[in-house]
Amino acid sequence: MKRGGYIMADKLFVKDHDVVVPGEELAEGLDYLPAGKAFRDGEKIFAATIGLVSVKGHVLKVIPLAGKYMPRRGDVVIAKVTGIGHSGWTLDINSPYMADLNIGEASSEYIDTNRHEMSEYFDIDDYVLCEVITISDAKFVKLTAKFRPYRRLSPGNIIEVSPTKIPRIIGKQGSMINTIKDYSKCEISVGQNGWIWISGEPEQQARVARVIKMIEKEAHKQGLTDRVKNMMEGK
Amino acid sequence: MGGIGAPEHLIVNGKRLDGRKFDELRPIKIKVGAVPNADGSASIEQGETKITVGVYGPREVFPRHMAKADRAHLNVIYDMAAFSTPERARPGPSRRSTEISKVIADSLAPAIFLEKYPKTAIDVYIEVTNANAGTRAAAICAASVAIADAGIEMRDLVTSVASGKADGELVLDLFQPEDNFGEADMPLAIMPRTNEITLLQMDGDLNRDEIKKLVEMSIKACQKIYGIQKLALKEKYETEKVGIEESEPAAQGGK
Repeated sequence: MKRGGYIMADKLFVKDHDVVVPGEELAEGLDYLPAGKAFRDGEKIFAATIGLVSVKGHVLKVIPLAGKYMPRRGDVVIAKVTGIGHSGWTLDINSPYMADLNIGEASSEYIDTNRHEMSEYFDIDDYVLCEVITISDAKFVKLTAKFRPYRRLSPGNIIEVSPTKIPRIIGKQGSMINTIKDYSKCEISVGQNGWIWISGEPEQQARVARVIKMIEKEAHKQGLTDRVKNMMEGK
Repeated sequence: MGGIGAPEHLIVNGKRLDGRKFDELRPIKIKVGAVPNADGSASIEQGETKITVGVYGPREVFPRHMAKADRAHLNVIYDMAAFSTPERARPGPSRRSTEISKVIADSLAPAIFLEKYPKTAIDVYIEVTNANAGTRAAAICAASVAIADAGIEMRDLVTSVASGKADGELVLDLFQPEDNFGEADMPLAIMPRTNEITLLQMDGDLNRDEIKKLVEMSIKACQKIYGIQKLALKEKYETEKVGIEESEPAAQGGK
């Protein structure tokens, strides 16, 4: 390939689905674009975390296989209320950063603090399904729970899984999670931050928790949907 | 050479006391995921030296005032178990362990994208369960693997080895008698992708040419250890690779 007067050979050192470690060389040449957890250093592209390589045309992506949840705008998360202030709530979103839920973002109605206690809306230790609206450079995370389906989660079961396994638990277009919902008749909300809320018949709740833990542990195996169906049918 | 309990020679018939060649490493075993409760962990066995490392984070900084607005605080704690040496080691931090904690943190920091995790702390706990020379070097190798296992973004792994001089010969990867009664001891850490040196200490007597030669020897050895580190990490994650990226996030159907 000719670029800027000199010949350049673009080389790819990995295949799709390879496991790479931090600092591993993925490609050489300016024809490839780093994405996900890949980075460019000079003419070469390297992996920044332990992860899986995905090659799509010229885009080299590294999908991390481990790591803490880092909030991104638009993520749907399950947050736990840890504090109540004058104009909002402080919440734990299972990440290194605390998140704020402003009073104006808490409900679609106007909240009159003269007539209502803040804790009537969200009390300490409540779990809230909400969305990340902004993250400032100083890593102040702002949430919203203004519109449906964002709400305070009624009593149920919260389980924790690795945030990197969430896509597997949801499945393609939600196939996996919908299978579980259909069989168990439970209400389930999955937060991108690795917290999952389950509500329904106690027996079914326990079964769903077991199934999700199984998916987390065996996320790498194929044919999980069938196994999930079997487990949900009580086999 | 000399001192109480010192062997007469450290080199016999052109071989070292444990039968190794001058530029031969001790057998190294690295296991990833040794501490289930940690975010990332690894254990290393290098000859008789045994170390376990647990990494926690990025998480909230404690105490709060240690937080930095533009990057993560890397907190390394190196500790020797009371039973790790022939003579009982007094538990708790000491002058030596505080210094080693600091040099290990300094040697790991250039490899980590600390600026991607502002206002957080990355805690690295290093526990030496059996000490037989070269603990800081082995600790660096294990710590960088544990940090990678925690999913923290890194420019490269960090690899380290201690070398030195015993009985007038330049030797690689010292073991206890050479460390105690040899003429010099030189731990070195590099980032193997670029061969940038992140740690270089020296204790004892070496001339300029000897240092040059030892650095070359150590870098060559580090590349070997790097292969072991990579293999250990891949071994754990190779089995997890199918189907992680099956869906796009936020594809859940609300009920």
